[in-house]
Amino acid sequence: MQATADASALSTYSPEVRQLLFNYVLQLADTSLLLGHRLSEWCGHGPILEQDLAMANIALDLLGETRSLYQYAAALEGRHRSEDDLAFLRVATDYRNPLLVEQPNGDFAHTVVRQFLFDNFHYHFLQQLQASPDQHLAAIAEKSVKEAAYHLKWSAEWVVRLGDGTEESRQRIEKAISKLWRYAAELMMPTPTEQALQKLGLVPDYIALQPSVDAYLAQVFAEATLLIPQNVPPQLGGKQGRHSEHLGYILAELQYMQRTYPGMKW
Amino acid sequence: MVTPTLTPTEQQIWQLLEEVSDPEVPVLSILDLGIVRGVRMDGDEVHITITPTYSGCPAMNTIATEIRLRLLTEGVTKLSIHHQLSPAWTTAWLSQAGREKLAAYGIAPPQNDTTTGHVLKLFGQDPTVACPLCQSDNTHLVSQFGSTACKALYQCNDCHEPFDYFKCH
Repeated sequence: MQATADASALSTYSPEVRQLLFNYVLQLADTSLLLGHRLSEWCGHGPILEQDLAMANIALDLLGETRSLYQYAAALEGRHRSEDDLAFLRVATDYRNPLLVEQPNGDFAHTVVRQFLFDNFHYHFLQQLQASPDQHLAAIAEKSVKEAAYHLKWSAEWVVRLGDGTEESRQRIEKAISKLWRYAAELMMPTPTEQALQKLGLVPDYIALQPSVDAYLAQVFAEATLLIPQNVPPQLGGKQGRHSEHLGYILAELQYMQRTYPGMKW
Repeated sequence: MVTPTLTPTEQQIWQLLEEVSDPEVPVLSILDLGIVRGVRMDGDEVHITITPTYSGCPAMNTIATEIRLRLLTEGVTKLSIHHQLSPAWTTAWLSQAGREKLAAYGIAPPQNDTTTGHVLKLFGQDPTVACPLCQSDNTHLVSQFGSTACKALYQCNDCHEPFDYFKCH
């Protein structure tokens, strides 16, 4: 059983807008898929049982959001590709996720920083997306924002614990921040697709989103006694299909079953 | 054997749904949880709308199958089950009977049903949750994330038992 988008609601879009929305929804779906998959790699390897469970729970929420998004993308495309086809049968250069979410887990501090940078964006973004005139995106956002709030609380508290913790934890989180900061800007750097949809008022404008994202980051970093890096040249390209080498390795693992046994179910 | 097709009333459908339990918290019926958002009769076809508790809830397919099976045993063959995301599920929809069943089962029911805003206050803003085993209020949060998506993990400082808390959502 799947939630299927109401065909009559979709027919109000012109073919051009529908194509833009397809690309946009795919980008959101790829993003939560990749981060959910990364987090799931921690399963059984967490530093303590409770945090192992936390990361698996967050991964599950993200994969749930992923399904809703791929289902909607499949309906927008209208070419009989299923959510599974979109997740498992595309090549790396077709993925539209920002580079941040495909970065390897590293140590726990590295995962926490990656998660915090994403959660802080994701939560504030979903808050705004709830007001989208597109009823499917608004419904997915309304559902996911409650989960994203718990994710953000988790990652923000860990940023504070590690930053304002021991000498070792501080050194590790500082290293993670210096490695990952270059990927943060891409989250809110609009692509031509995003710009076009923002202009139509269908999706949140990043310029309006920036102050709340920056303010919460500043608050958490202050509490963690961490410095916000300045003037770091951003690393871009993921949202336009130019990925780091890491994506290929993830997809090799993620897609193995469906590539080897096409259409298999279990 | 051919089961005769039967057209039940809407009220009969609600009664049957009361007998379908949540696969992860089996003391709760899907009505206690507030998962069923609507029942509609369209001629002899039954339409049931359900909503997930969490986006990634792995029980949704099982719940749909169990609804189908329960209704099939009463001869209801024309059934459509619809998924709905909005309005998003909230613990405010958990019935009073459901809250009591949870507590008796050893899972602390949600304390209040405010939504996301409060969550972003860091550290020490967690609700005081009474231990479902010894009723002490002297408990602490171990993790916001527990054995299933809908639960947080607490521990009682008096009887020292860890317990699940059905967290606000």
